[in-house]
Amino acid sequence: MTHWIIAPIVLPAMLAAFIVLVVRFHQSLARAFSLAGVVMLMIIASGLAWQASDGTIGMYQLGNWAAPFGIVLVADRLSTMMVLLTSVLALFVLLYAIGSGWDKRGQHFHALFQFQMMGIMGAFLTGDIFNLFVFFEVLLIASYGLMIHSGGTRRLRAGTQYVLYNLLGSTLFLFALGAIYAETGTLNMADLAVRVAEIAPDNSTGIRVAAVLLLMVFAIKAAIAPLHFWLPSSYAEAPAPVAALFGIMTKVGAYAIIRIYTLVFPPDLEATAGLFGMWLLPVALVGLAVGMVGVLGTNKLDRLIAFAVIGSMGMLTTAVALFTPAGISAALYYVIHSTLATAALFLIADLVRSGRGAAGLDLRAAPPIAGGAIIAPLFFVAAIAMTGLPPLSGFVGKLLILDASFGTPLVWVTWAVILGSSLIAVVGFSRAGSVVFWKSHQLAAEAVDETTPEDAQGALEPHDPKGHIPVLEVVAIAGLLALLVVHTVLAGPVTRYMDATTAQLFTPEPYIRAVLDVPGKDLSKDPHHADEGHAEDPTEGGHDAAEPEGGH
Amino acid sequence: MEFLFASSVGLLTAAGLYLVFRLRTFPVILGTSLLTYAVNLFLFASGRLTIGAPPILMDGVTHYTDPLPQALVLTAIVISFGMTAVVVVIALGAYLGADDDHVNDPKEEGADT
Repeated sequence: MTHWIIAPIVLPAMLAAFIVLVVRFHQSLARAFSLAGVVMLMIIASGLAWQASDGTIGMYQLGNWAAPFGIVLVADRLSTMMVLLTSVLALFVLLYAIGSGWDKRGQHFHALFQFQMMGIMGAFLTGDIFNLFVFFEVLLIASYGLMIHSGGTRRLRAGTQYVLYNLLGSTLFLFALGAIYAETGTLNMADLAVRVAEIAPDNSTGIRVAAVLLLMVFAIKAAIAPLHFWLPSSYAEAPAPVAALFGIMTKVGAYAIIRIYTLVFPPDLEATAGLFGMWLLPVALVGLAVGMVGVLGTNKLDRLIAFAVIGSMGMLTTAVALFTPAGISAALYYVIHSTLATAALFLIADLVRSGRGAAGLDLRAAPPIAGGAIIAPLFFVAAIAMTGLPPLSGFVGKLLILDASFGTPLVWVTWAVILGSSLIAVVGFSRAGSVVFWKSHQLAAEAVDETTPEDAQGALEPHDPKGHIPVLEVVAIAGLLALLVVHTVLAGPVTRYMDATTAQLFTPEPYIRAVLDVPGKDLSKDPHHADEGHAEDPTEGGHDAAEPEGGH
Repeated sequence: MEFLFASSVGLLTAAGLYLVFRLRTFPVILGTSLLTYAVNLFLFASGRLTIGAPPILMDGVTHYTDPLPQALVLTAIVISFGMTAVVVVIALGAYLGADDDHVNDPKEEGADT
């Protein structure tokens, strides 16, 4: 049994504690440790992904307790892929946060960032559904701190909404878990898969309720309409690097849907048949439409990107809701694309904001920004990717999803909504881009003599005072976009990898065997249980018993 | 006992939901607290209601209660307590900053009041 599987959780946890306890007053040291941690994380994640790429399912028993009694971590292709994606995203986001100085605008950015990593990694790796809840809470509580990082009334207000909404989501999650436990008597995902399959269809009321509750919880996390209302304000008001990192958090919800609804409640399960397949697809299409119409309707760049996130989650859910291998495979391709594209857009919006002074991110003409010649092309590349125009990966992803939905009864509706909403998104993004980047030059030419309008704040320095080119920031964004290009160029191999991942998801038997068939620690050798005669001796028993019980 | 337990969970949930749909942060936070009480009781009941039985393996005892929901409830209590503390602090910050404790988005600056 390899201990590397737990490394992506332990490393950030230790590092976060170290940063907050030891180097909290040394900004540069905290940066160095945080960056080193993320690089290490990426190396470990690559190793895990490489290990899982031949189809082996890695399994780690915490405390060496056998499943289903102990908690297990499972590293199969899907988990390791998501872990690798998270660590890559985290590296670029962290580079941006350091380059732009966002991490200095409040306290404990790096510690919270590492705790966030811990939560996300744990959520991807765990094989126990209650443990999934716990890691959700870890990543949420870190995200609360990050979301209101550097303060401000508007941000706190949005943060309150975000926390309350997620608190309700967590409560719902607990209700679902209680119902599942009451029905099956287990919380281990592999064991659940076995026991749920044994439930007779005429006695399935409880498990059906639990399945739908659980789907609602994940839909909240994944911002699927009509449960998406928390997203626009939270993402728009969060600091840019945090919003970029949050791009993976909606994917955690999508991952959980894919995992639970292929393993525990597979589409061909009799007890829950026809329960969510029927309405998840229409709901996803509504989300897609709502998101893209929001892109067109909003008047601020950051909210526009937040609505694009809702739209892309709708697109992703459309593919997932097909619950066919082709659909899931397309969804997995789209997950990577959408995470990287969203992150790049949020970071670009932040560069625009810092360059525009008083105008902020309002979609109106303002004096040209410093470095606009670099930022504008970045924006257009990211926008092309996000809206799914050729030649970038958004187009490939959309094509895969359209192709996957071909044989379904709702194919015409699906195609109409996907293509229509893409058109709307293209219009929305090109309007935003031309107002922010092109109108500004027109305005500058017209109003050379006029003084710049004195607004409440920031108008004194409409340009960056030192005229400094944001090198590290641009490198981070360009890195994300370069990954998108790679994702497009290598679409063939990536798609084959996703197909293999999907094949693994749709044959859960090896997963279940890998988790349930491995014996845990030999309880007969446990000093506490070894020999009743010895254990009852107070001097010896007390001394020996302290160790195994200390672990709980 | 089942009826009493179930109706108390239902009552707490109903009261919690009513409060959660209020417009100001304080009732909403109270509502989430009530909901977490409700969910804790619900989790507790998910291992079946048993009275006067030990939750731990002992010699000579044949009638057990399920220990796992108790562990789950313990975890849930800790987490919900922490979360409530966080939301109180954030909501206080928002209230003191804007002198307004509504949950919804503030009106845009240009809009009519």
